[in-house]
Amino acid sequence: MSLRVGIDLVQISRIAGSLDTFGERFLRRVFTDREIAYAHAAPAHAAARLAARFAAKEAAKKALALDGVSWRDLEVMREASGACTLALHGAARAAAGEATLALSMSHEGDFATAVVIASAP
Amino acid sequence: MTDHEPRIRAILKEHARLTKDAASLPSDADLYQAGMTSHASVNVMLALEGEFEVEFPDHMLKRSVFESITAIRTAIDELVAGT
Repeated sequence: MSLRVGIDLVQISRIAGSLDTFGERFLRRVFTDREIAYAHAAPAHAAARLAARFAAKEAAKKALALDGVSWRDLEVMREASGACTLALHGAARAAAGEATLALSMSHEGDFATAVVIASAP
Repeated sequence: MTDHEPRIRAILKEHARLTKDAASLPSDADLYQAGMTSHASVNVMLALEGEFEVEFPDHMLKRSVFESITAIRTAIDELVAGT
């Protein structure tokens, strides 16, 4: 079994800046419909939620050594309990092979972070 | 062929959040080493798409495509030629 880890740190105000500058183009390019709906469910926390999800996608790309895939093919899924997992689609799923992923996200102040561990048999 | 480099440098100056001056950076300098984060590279990509009226396909969303001014110019030339 091999283990790989990825981490990313994102400044929440910079994500808010991208939303101001590029609006829907930024949202639709990076996030899935479910992720956008979850972020917009709490407008005051939208930028923080999106920043944590962006960090999760980048952390997953690092853990899986993925390049040349859409951010939308790496999706943060939120379970009823509040626990979050990563779902891979399309090219990301194909490239990840049999790897299983564990995700943890956090945010404080103006920063959001995520760690992804990828385990391959 | 039109030289797109001045417009690329202007976009980098506005969106890449480099620690160095985008106007005088060597064309082959590593933009990530010069301070561009993965998030800043998304802003650069979206700004390039708006400026050159192109769309980066998923397979071009690679670290190497945005790693230097030369690499970005090559990608823009390819995308503009394809439109």
